Amino acid sequence: MIIFLSCIILFLIGLYAIVTKRNMIKIVIGFALIEYAINLLFALIGFRTGMLAPIITKVDMAHKFVDPIPQALVLTAIVIALGTTALMLTVVLRIYSRYKTFDIAEIRKLKG
Amino acid sequence: MKGMSLIVRTVTTIIIGFIFIYGVYIILHGHLTPGGGFAGGVIVAGALILRILAFGSEPADEKKSETRTSVFESVGALLFIGIALAGMIIAGTFFLNFLPKGIALNLWSAGIIPFCNIAIGIKVGAGLFSIFLALAAVKYVVKD
Amino acid sequence: MTFIPLFFAIPLAAAFIIPILGKIAKSVIWIFVTLVSFALFILALYGAAVTQQFPMIVYEMGNWPPPLGIVMAFDSLSAFMVLVISILVFAGSIFSLRYMSHYTGQWKFYTLYMLITAGMMGVSITGDLFNMFVFLEIAAISSYALVAFGVDAEELEASFKYMVMGEVGGLTFLLSIALLYAKTSTLNLADMANVLQVVGQTPFFWLVLGMMLLAFSIKAAFVPFHSWLPDAHPAAPAPISSLLSGIFIKVLGMYTTARLVFNIFGLNRANAPVFFNVLIGMGLLSIAFAGITALSQKDYKRLLGYSSVSQVGYIMLGFGIGNYYGVAGAIFYILAHALGKGLLFLTSGSVVNATGTRDITKLAGLGEHMPTTAWSFRFGSMSLIGLPPLVGFFAKYLIVLGALKAGFWWLAIVAIAFSVLTLGYLLKIENNVFMKKGRTQANKAPFTMRIAMVFLVVLIVLFGIGFQQVIDFLVGPAANALLRGVEYANLVFGSVGMSF
Repeated sequence: MIIFLSCIILFLIGLYAIVTKRNMIKIVIGFALIEYAINLLFALIGFRTGMLAPIITKVDMAHKFVDPIPQALVLTAIVIALGTTALMLTVVLRIYSRYKTFDIAEIRKLKG
Repeated sequence: MKGMSLIVRTVTTIIIGFIFIYGVYIILHGHLTPGGGFAGGVIVAGALILRILAFGSEPADEKKSETRTSVFESVGALLFIGIALAGMIIAGTFFLNFLPKGIALNLWSAGIIPFCNIAIGIKVGAGLFSIFLALAAVKYVVKD
Repeated sequence: MTFIPLFFAIPLAAAFIIPILGKIAKSVIWIFVTLVSFALFILALYGAAVTQQFPMIVYEMGNWPPPLGIVMAFDSLSAFMVLVISILVFAGSIFSLRYMSHYTGQWKFYTLYMLITAGMMGVSITGDLFNMFVFLEIAAISSYALVAFGVDAEELEASFKYMVMGEVGGLTFLLSIALLYAKTSTLNLADMANVLQVVGQTPFFWLVLGMMLLAFSIKAAFVPFHSWLPDAHPAAPAPISSLLSGIFIKVLGMYTTARLVFNIFGLNRANAPVFFNVLIGMGLLSIAFAGITALSQKDYKRLLGYSSVSQVGYIMLGFGIGNYYGVAGAIFYILAHALGKGLLFLTSGSVVNATGTRDITKLAGLGEHMPTTAWSFRFGSMSLIGLPPLVGFFAKYLIVLGALKAGFWWLAIVAIAFSVLTLGYLLKIENNVFMKKGRTQANKAPFTMRIAMVFLVVLIVLFGIGFQQVIDFLVGPAANALLRGVEYANLVFGSVGMSF
């Protein structure tokens, strides 16, 4: 129970970084924190005490495995997060080459 | 971008082949051990990125690399969709496992899964390398 | 039966063939994309015809039966959404030939265009919750890249704001999937509907539903989460704006909300009246706030963006009313607004292409120089305001009828009254841009752009005149698909082994 709560706290820390920080790179780091928290929560949901990792190494192995579905979901979620982070960083770099600043308050002022 | 010092370049020439082979090993054994297409693809991309980081490159070479990598990426994705559609054309359902499944826990077993892993490995390796080229190696001209 | 995975497999394959074509033969790309969009349109018509006979078609990927494997559950509502998506994608691809000739790197545009199509189609036909998340993220990431396409300062800033808000929504959806999986141990939508009936309406149920509603409200741009839309939709190229406003916010926001609320969580007006009143409140807030803000805008596309936020409120109003006429009116309104707003954004693209500016105080008298554009704008706005016999009138009429039948006569009056707001801001564009005696010189729109606009005008008129057939064959079955509630699960499991 404590572990799930700490995942939610990590999620909230990431959300705090996105909402309050002014440097765009720090906003991207906030997203990374949120994604870590969600992936950790997913992997912990599948855990059953005292059972083995879900890899079959001998044919006819005794079927006492941890739930493998959340592990497959986490793999997909990591790939999606990779794509999003790459796109976000590209846009941040392009903004830097136009506005010469990483500060998001300056950028809002220019738009009006 | 500039290369790195002599020690880094020497160690890289020794070790880069091993990293590449290790990545291919993880891709091929995806149905037996943890890893598979995505994790192996990331390691292969790591080998490619290491070469550029250690030795540096010229902008003209980077343009050529970008074109070649883009073709590899498309080929990987088309191979994957081709396998899925082949399941539909040959055997009736989209993504059906239509190759013979063989003896369990051998390297040649589990139908289409090794081929899917290879296609994903090519695509992810090429994709991550092209992301690296877009972000770091090709310089943006800072317009005034 | 095997045509169902083609809806997202064909755009995905096309999206990865285009980079190779871009290296060998650039001029073939546009013909290829138009052919693929046309093929999807024909497939969608076939799908709509098939669901007349079989109310639910279930396709198992790789022959794994549900709930073990991923299934595609294609019912009348999915057929309807796929048809609307394919109409707008086809019109947009015809329009893009001349419009995108000002941008560099066109093959990247067409790749992203096919990817966003594949994502939207996948969301509409899937029967698995995590698969819905994956397709939703494919479409969303493609849209972030498309909004930032011409890399000017304004577009990059709009894309970054959109990306931050959209990704927070997407990650909230992922968190709610994690919590739902922890409780129900299944990801299949039909199986989850059965399990949630047993769980009942506990506080956990409402927490997960609230998080999902938050995620979809960000994607569908409800007030107060709408602030990305008036920046993102004007900054995108015109065919992408028409796609985004016309169908993207509805597939990713309204279709997913309706599917989850009615079919999976099993709520209807009888067992959760407070929740549906909350939905009506959200709809009214969107209609009022965005409609009033639209009156004071000076940018052509920004005004249309606020108008989109306002009209999406009507759809939420229809779903909140909850009886047959309300839900059918909301679904019909999805079609009417997709055609109308898609057409209006295409006319804005034509104006920008001819004059280079979006400021309506600087434009004047284009009605003489660009007759096709002007008349398309007039037809599109008449449909959105709700004048008979165009398709928008019948959609609003159904929503008003639903409000009266449910006893909310004040709601009917409010809905009709806010149509006057729509008249107000659309008349503002009409007066300033097309009617005033003008100094602006402009050429007529190029031929392919005019064909795309006329295609949508013809569809608006046809669907309006034939509204009874549309309701009988398309909208009615789709509304019944939603209102049958948790029967969706029995229908999925019953149709599993079927083939024709």
